[in-house]
Amino acid sequence: MTSQSVEINSSENIDALQSRERGTSVFPQLEALLPLISKPIQYVGGELNAVTKPWEQAIVHWALMYPDAYEVGAPNQGVQILYEVLNEQPDVLAERTYSVWPDLEALMREHQVPAFTVDAHRNVADFDLLGLSFSTELGYTNMLTALSLANIPLHAVDRDHHPIVVAGGHAAFNPEPIAQFIDAAVLGDGEEAVLLISNIVKAWINAGRPGGREGVLLELARTGCVYIPQFYDVEYLPDGRIKRVVPNRADVPSRITKFTLMDLDAWPYPKAPLVPLAETVHERMSVEIFRGCTRGCRFCQAGMITRPVRERSITSIAEMVENGLEKTGFEEVGLLSLSSADHSEIGDLARNLADRYEETQTSLSLPSTRVDAFNVDLANELSRNGRRSGLTFAPEGGSERIRRVINKLVSEEDLIRTVTTAYGAGWRNVKLYFMCGLPTETDEDILQIATMAKEVIRAGREASGRRDIKCTVSIGGFVPKPHTPFQWAAQLDHEATDARLHKLKDTIRNDKEFGKAIGLRYHDGKPGIVEGILSRGDRRVGNIIETAWKNGARFDGWGEYFSFDRWMESAQYALEGTGVDVDWFTTRERDYTEVLPWDHLDSGLDSEWLWEDWQDALAEVAVDDCRWTPCFDCGVCEQMDTEIQVGPTGVTDLPMPSPRVSPVLAQ
Amino acid sequence: MANKPPDRNLAPIAQKLRVRYAKRGRLRFSSHRDFQRALERALRRAGVPMAYSAGFSPHPKISYSNSAPTGVASEAEYVEIGVTQYCDPTKLRDELDAALPEGLDVIEVIEATSRDFSARLEASLWEMEISAPAQEVARAVEALLGTSEVLVERMTKSGKRVFDARSAILLMESESQSAVSAPAHTQMPLECVILHVVVRHIVPSVRPDDVLTALKQVGTLEPRKPVRVTRLAQGPLTEVSISIEDPFDPDRVLV
Repeated sequence: MTSQSVEINSSENIDALQSRERGTSVFPQLEALLPLISKPIQYVGGELNAVTKPWEQAIVHWALMYPDAYEVGAPNQGVQILYEVLNEQPDVLAERTYSVWPDLEALMREHQVPAFTVDAHRNVADFDLLGLSFSTELGYTNMLTALSLANIPLHAVDRDHHPIVVAGGHAAFNPEPIAQFIDAAVLGDGEEAVLLISNIVKAWINAGRPGGREGVLLELARTGCVYIPQFYDVEYLPDGRIKRVVPNRADVPSRITKFTLMDLDAWPYPKAPLVPLAETVHERMSVEIFRGCTRGCRFCQAGMITRPVRERSITSIAEMVENGLEKTGFEEVGLLSLSSADHSEIGDLARNLADRYEETQTSLSLPSTRVDAFNVDLANELSRNGRRSGLTFAPEGGSERIRRVINKLVSEEDLIRTVTTAYGAGWRNVKLYFMCGLPTETDEDILQIATMAKEVIRAGREASGRRDIKCTVSIGGFVPKPHTPFQWAAQLDHEATDARLHKLKDTIRNDKEFGKAIGLRYHDGKPGIVEGILSRGDRRVGNIIETAWKNGARFDGWGEYFSFDRWMESAQYALEGTGVDVDWFTTRERDYTEVLPWDHLDSGLDSEWLWEDWQDALAEVAVDDCRWTPCFDCGVCEQMDTEIQVGPTGVTDLPMPSPRVSPVLAQ
Repeated sequence: MANKPPDRNLAPIAQKLRVRYAKRGRLRFSSHRDFQRALERALRRAGVPMAYSAGFSPHPKISYSNSAPTGVASEAEYVEIGVTQYCDPTKLRDELDAALPEGLDVIEVIEATSRDFSARLEASLWEMEISAPAQEVARAVEALLGTSEVLVERMTKSGKRVFDARSAILLMESESQSAVSAPAHTQMPLECVILHVVVRHIVPSVRPDDVLTALKQVGTLEPRKPVRVTRLAQGPLTEVSISIEDPFDPDRVLV
């Protein structure tokens, strides 16, 4: 302690004193535990392009958490973008933290090591803000583990000097199930949101924290785009449905709007992608080529909540690829978006990039492609030099009827034409992705998947003249999501899901001619039910999450940790006396008049339009993509004063970059 | 058409270079595979004109020898790379070091002018920091050196294996014995003894954790904290003095 410590009378001095003690590294305590656990490298940080700033240099300190294992969280684009955007601010500091596996969690509790960031190994509780990015609801219990390891009270109302806990990501579009654990939720694109929050928190700190914790939360709430759950009361009807959601503070808006970033070219992040030392699920660099999707697939929450389409220009994409490769040394680049081949300049882009990186051992890939022969041409272009092993398409529904219901406009002929092109070009394995449990689905719709797979093999054998071709069918269980036309739909119960999938399995297995060429991958229906409660739940679901976590729920997205029985027992206990149960949240169809838990959170979509689209689904009527056809009035552009931003920009040929002279050559 | 790898212009190897690097601090927790990925990416960032293998998925020509286990630091790790154009070893050292994360540090790069490098790595000098009273460590060391065989058990890829850890240990002494005027370790709040151990590379390899297991088995050693281990050197063994030579020496002679 310095002599200054005798004179503490202003709040400024208290801050200065606290910051000297806050932000110190806990690495010495952690280091002693690392030899005792598996894959310690994931906890040490030190990745290429990671940033550590002196604690005192910043006024606002963010801990950014991806609530899953490092191997999943480290490549996440959202966290990497916000990490960079925040650290570019001179008086803001951001560090990353990920979920610790149960082996380390047990040791941390035993030796009283707090939740830490991987960058400078600072105590998560020392930060001003803890931002969590929820790509999926299955990370909720991992949030509770992190809060408890950081000694942050689990419930927002019990917090005092603790970090402000902010949830973002797609799951935050219905944050009601975690409302009691978070201080704030942000909807939509994070770049501008984190800067806005930083500025408000900075001004509050500089002003001597007027009004305390509630003061800053009120400031955030009044913006109309930061949701503070504790400022809203939920009232219920006798039958268990929600009566209304109302603000309980003056001048807190009754609806919260989402953030929408326009002009992607102005935000070319990440500029210096992280290169993890530990092995991760995506061993490549990603460049986001556009945001949003207007294909209108009715099951797809991402497509609905990220509207409108905003493209990055071909020139800007090429610059990001070039710069990123130089800064990382990655050997693969993924051109990322919800449906990458839909970029208006994708053909020129693929050709230009393939030309540039030919002979450089750099491979390019397009995740998420649609069933379209044009996409096979693209894939051929991007794999000019490489092996043509597997190509993935997602028809999603087995029959034409169900594809009209979900608005996935793919005909059987299109699919056969596409796979014929693919097998003819040397691809050997076509992977097809489907869903089970879609609204109005019958056994017949699912059994059509087998027919389709057989036709694919037959076409492939003809096109290639070979017998060794394969078709892999992957099936995921459908979970209705908020802010989609299927938000009112009944989820299929897990027994019916399993029965349907078994019928499909038997049909494929019993086929003598094609059975062995078709691979079938699916999961049982139970995890989908838990995801269903968490997706469309209201505040009463918070007690289920807390009970399940206390009973040991962790890493619920991982089969080896997930326990359906634990969740069902916890639900029964937590919902006792509420009059509602698991089925009420999952397999019950909602009607138009019901107040949905997320109705006060505005994704830009007009609820009238969503309902009409739901009625169209039931009537098996499909709608087109508004990029190429007239507007369907989904509400986003009009309400948010935004518009679709698509090319082409007119640039078709990019200048080849000047060849780099290797700095290591002998003279 | 797709079952034959495409014809590529594969430039032949013009030069081989040997790299000595260190694994320090928190990055000692990186595994061999972690290092492999980091090195391949660093070589690309540094603009090193790597030679590639043929086939469907070409790999850069890199040979790794005898890497230290995960969690063990090292000042003496070695790899050999093949390049398609002549490189300046000093420039390559600087660029590669800058392209690797801090903690994976390139110490020296030398042009390979001799053969059979791996065979030269006959033994390692390990430094072990053991948090235990000096007397307790000394008793265990004495007991170990007084025995001719200590069977230890370890899980290997092929299952549980029992082997002798004693015969590979050629030298084991605490720093206080080797130093001229050793500080009194007994004065320290938590006693820590630094052991230097020379271990011959045999099959199955005797690793630092096997040495520690052996010490625990023969004595009553119970380290209070996880033992911190660093490989200080590996190379040709001089049997008489039990010392380790620089494996780059034969390459230096010819330059």
